[in-house]
Amino acid sequence: MEKLIGEFSIGLFFWQTVLFVLLLLLLRKYAWKPILNAVSEREEGIRKALLSAENAKREMENLQADNEKLLKEARAERDLMLKEAREIKTKMVSDAKEEAKMEADKMIVQAQAAIESEKKAAIAELKSQVATLSLEIAEKVVKSELSNSDKQLKLVEDMLGDATLN
Amino acid sequence: MQKKTLNRLLTFLIAVSASLHSYANEPSQGGESQEARKKEVSEYVKHHNLDTHDFGLYSYTDDHGEEHHVGFPLPIILWTDGLHVFSSSKFHHGQEVVESNGKYFAMDTHTYKIYETDASGQLHYGEDGHHVENAKPLDLSITKSVFMIFVVSLMLFLIFSSLAKSYAKNASIPSGVGRFFEPIVLYIRDDIAIPNIGETKYKKYMPYLLTVFFFVWFLNIFGLTPLGINVTGNIAITTALALITFLLTNLTGTKDYWLHIFDPLGSSMPWIAKIPLYIILIPIEVLGIFIKPFSLLIRLYANMQAGHIVLGSLLGLIYIFQNWIAGPLSFGLSFAISLIELLVALLQAYIFTMLSALYFGFASETHDHADAHEGEVQHL
Repeated sequence: MEKLIGEFSIGLFFWQTVLFVLLLLLLRKYAWKPILNAVSEREEGIRKALLSAENAKREMENLQADNEKLLKEARAERDLMLKEAREIKTKMVSDAKEEAKMEADKMIVQAQAAIESEKKAAIAELKSQVATLSLEIAEKVVKSELSNSDKQLKLVEDMLGDATLN
Repeated sequence: MQKKTLNRLLTFLIAVSASLHSYANEPSQGGESQEARKKEVSEYVKHHNLDTHDFGLYSYTDDHGEEHHVGFPLPIILWTDGLHVFSSSKFHHGQEVVESNGKYFAMDTHTYKIYETDASGQLHYGEDGHHVENAKPLDLSITKSVFMIFVVSLMLFLIFSSLAKSYAKNASIPSGVGRFFEPIVLYIRDDIAIPNIGETKYKKYMPYLLTVFFFVWFLNIFGLTPLGINVTGNIAITTALALITFLLTNLTGTKDYWLHIFDPLGSSMPWIAKIPLYIILIPIEVLGIFIKPFSLLIRLYANMQAGHIVLGSLLGLIYIFQNWIAGPLSFGLSFAISLIELLVALLQAYIFTMLSALYFGFASETHDHADAHEGEVQHL
């Protein structure tokens, strides 16, 4: 202990204290503060950059998911549209068929009606013509029959004979 | 290429061993007997670790038996009835008396301390033969240690102010030597300051912790150079450092810190029961305030001083034994110890910083933190 105290130099102690405190103050102003500030700023920057990268990644993922969803929706819509179109097509075809059939039936009915009326007219015409013809024939026959008296008598007799029978 | 280097190395080694051989054939140098040489080495190592008034690089004795010192003188500043400033070269390494403003000064060559004397320069030794009884002036000289403090301070300032500037220039990325020092700065912040002091309060202690770490580390490393620099192994230096830690700890101490010292048990028991305990506990806690920095100063001083003594003694073995076994053996040993000392230089700087941070942590503790330590009385 005595040796230690003997070795203790007041001058050295004085200089050490003065110089060290001076060094401490100088370094604090010109080195430690700027260094620590710069480092913490840099760390803050790195943390922010990492965070924004993470955010960007998440956004990207969201976008991708959105895209996927949109694509799926579009596909579903397309399928739906195709299905509808197909349905419409079959409906249209069947409708057209129906209509055509109806039209045809109507035409057939009309044709039949026309044929019927024509037939009736033709029959009526035929009847009138047959009547005219029969009258003419009858006239001709009567004329020829009644040309001699014998035949007239005979006819009267035949008719009378028939009449008695009745 | 590698073969060439190897060849060169071998040639060099052969040349060296040849010269060593011629040296070994010469009659023993220095002291006559091994005993005398041992004493010589012990004195040399002791002197080597002392602070001196000039910056000696090496000294040698020429063929005429004349001693030569190579180095440069440093200014001597004394205060005794006025200021006395002169160059240390005037002492001629303690061999001459210096007259300044009507006062005479002589240097004791055992301790390199300066005393006031009469014109003859006679030093009066006490009964033990070492203690000088002459009056001692207040010695504020720029000694070798003070010079080295200047050098290291300048180095630290240049390195770290350039690191600070490089952030602005280089988009927050350090350049040059700062690339090496920045991780250390960050280590001190993240692994020493924050865990010990806490996230909220560490900032105000950072400048001191960083300065003390690099200051001690650099001076420790300089101590390993063969220039005979032993700044951190000097009790005055470690005292000054520990005193700053002590002052910072106690001047920034919170209410809880003082409560912890004067009321360590808190509300854990009734006051009547605390009285007998506190008769013992409070003196221990108060003593602890002083023991903490004292342990800091002794630890650093003893470690650095011991390292220098061990290295010096191991190298001295070559001189003491002067034979082919001790030479390489002590070289190998001192090489190994040098490597360990390199680690110790860093380790002691780390420990000083770490413990300072720990003490600052105690000083800045708030109540929540104190709760975590409940039941813990000893903090030494």
